[in-house]
Amino acid sequence: MKGPELLREHAGRLVTKVGACYPGSHAVFRGADLHRDLQSLDWVDLYVFGITGRRLSAAQVELLHAIWVNTSYPDARLWNNRVAALAGSTRSSANLGIVAGLALSEAQVYGGLAGLRAISFLQMAVQRVAEGADLEQLVLAEARAKRIYGYGRPINSTDERIPVVLGIAKKLGLDGGEHLRIAFETEKVLLPHYSQLRMNYAALHAALIADMGLSAREYQLLRIPTFLAGMPPCQVEAAEKPPGAIFPTPVSGVAYSGLPPRPWRGQTG
Amino acid sequence: MAKDAPAPSPRDLIHTAIWREEAEDDNAFAARAAFCRGYDVFGAMVGNARWVEMLWLLLRQELPPPAALDTLEALAVALANPGPRDPSVHAAMCGAVGGSTAAASLIAALSVGAGRVGGAREVHDAMTMWQQCGADLAAWRIWSVPAPDATIEVWPARGHVPGFDPHGVSTPLAVRQLLAAALHKGAGERTVWLLANLDAAQETIGLPLAIGGAAAAILSDLGFTPQEGEMLYLLLRLPGAAAHALEQSAGGFKQFPFYSVELQEAA
Repeated sequence: MKGPELLREHAGRLVTKVGACYPGSHAVFRGADLHRDLQSLDWVDLYVFGITGRRLSAAQVELLHAIWVNTSYPDARLWNNRVAALAGSTRSSANLGIVAGLALSEAQVYGGLAGLRAISFLQMAVQRVAEGADLEQLVLAEARAKRIYGYGRPINSTDERIPVVLGIAKKLGLDGGEHLRIAFETEKVLLPHYSQLRMNYAALHAALIADMGLSAREYQLLRIPTFLAGMPPCQVEAAEKPPGAIFPTPVSGVAYSGLPPRPWRGQTG
Repeated sequence: MAKDAPAPSPRDLIHTAIWREEAEDDNAFAARAAFCRGYDVFGAMVGNARWVEMLWLLLRQELPPPAALDTLEALAVALANPGPRDPSVHAAMCGAVGGSTAAASLIAALSVGAGRVGGAREVHDAMTMWQQCGADLAAWRIWSVPAPDATIEVWPARGHVPGFDPHGVSTPLAVRQLLAAALHKGAGERTVWLLANLDAAQETIGLPLAIGGAAAAILSDLGFTPQEGEMLYLLLRLPGAAAHALEQSAGGFKQFPFYSVELQEAA
């Protein structure tokens, strides 16, 4: 079926397997009664279940908690946090500030896109190595094409989160996956050629979640709240300061490099 | 420099070639004058310049010939309201009927209207396709199929030739009229070619042209980059979302559809 016929088939009704609410009665969440069957679920557990339709192990859920606890930095200089803080400073609403901060977080330099490309590379590398490809050649080709993500970091190449989260993964017995192994092997290949490309948190994050069996698109959804916990503190503090006091920019704070003054059409200078 | 102006560190300066301000003598944070590309905005442009002229100067150093401005204005009128059936406007109306904030309604319209089917990313893709393939319909088909080793993006992979309606049957009159109006105003070679080859395009692509495809040709003819075209498409479609959201907020959710559900067994 295609064209308008396909659209007609879907018009005016929602056909769904993921769930529905029946106000005044009950709510179904992926086949289970939310209020009867899923009360023991941790919220992260439910969140992953909603994305994938499958349940992770208790250890995997604990590791996701650790990843999130160690990721959100309440520093309003960071670009996504800065947006949340600026919303507080301009006395916008809490929700609008956080949503805007989250929207920015799907970023290439530090956020969602970097993670997405890291997991995509690791999954490709694991598959290709299993098929007999040479990892060193794969990695160097990606690096030459500037497609390596998860290695290198602006400001400081040492990532303080790696030993912490890796330690928790070890404690939980979740550090033996193939994606994690390839992630570290990739760093070994890169460093002699690109000394600045030390493994960063995105590669660790992506590898651990790939080892849980999630796809790149599931990972994209899963990591949405990654930076979330750092934003409310920035916004709360900004809202407590005088309005407009977050990074106010004086006129002299703008360096202009454009054209000199000129008359508008039909006007004399 | 104005009285008591702090001296920002050179590292903290915002750099721009678009906008220059002069501070009020008594307040380093208030502008007494603002210049856009060298033109005195409040002293000369306001009251004399057209909205599209301001829009153009924000993107380019020099104003174009009048025909280009007229074409951009014609496109802006065409895009101003995608109408209440459009998902981006539907999203904005959802904000309004539920009593969400005005900004939330517009954020909803931007998010839903940003994508690869009927959204701004599709216009970006179509403009990129024009850059890379020119007016070669066979090449468009090949270009649209994502390469197996394509780098993953935050957007889902392309599923059809951008600028064409995946559910369409024939090119809507409105799309033809937009191209013809742009042509009348002096649009460039892509628009001319597209209007002359609409039927051939549909035959080769298997889908009819959509309004985003017409916009992509016009924006490309105006010399905009795909990134600029994407931004303009987001921006120019917001007025309709705002108007329909305001209208629905007066009506409330009882007059707004809440569709029936068919719950199937969980996968």
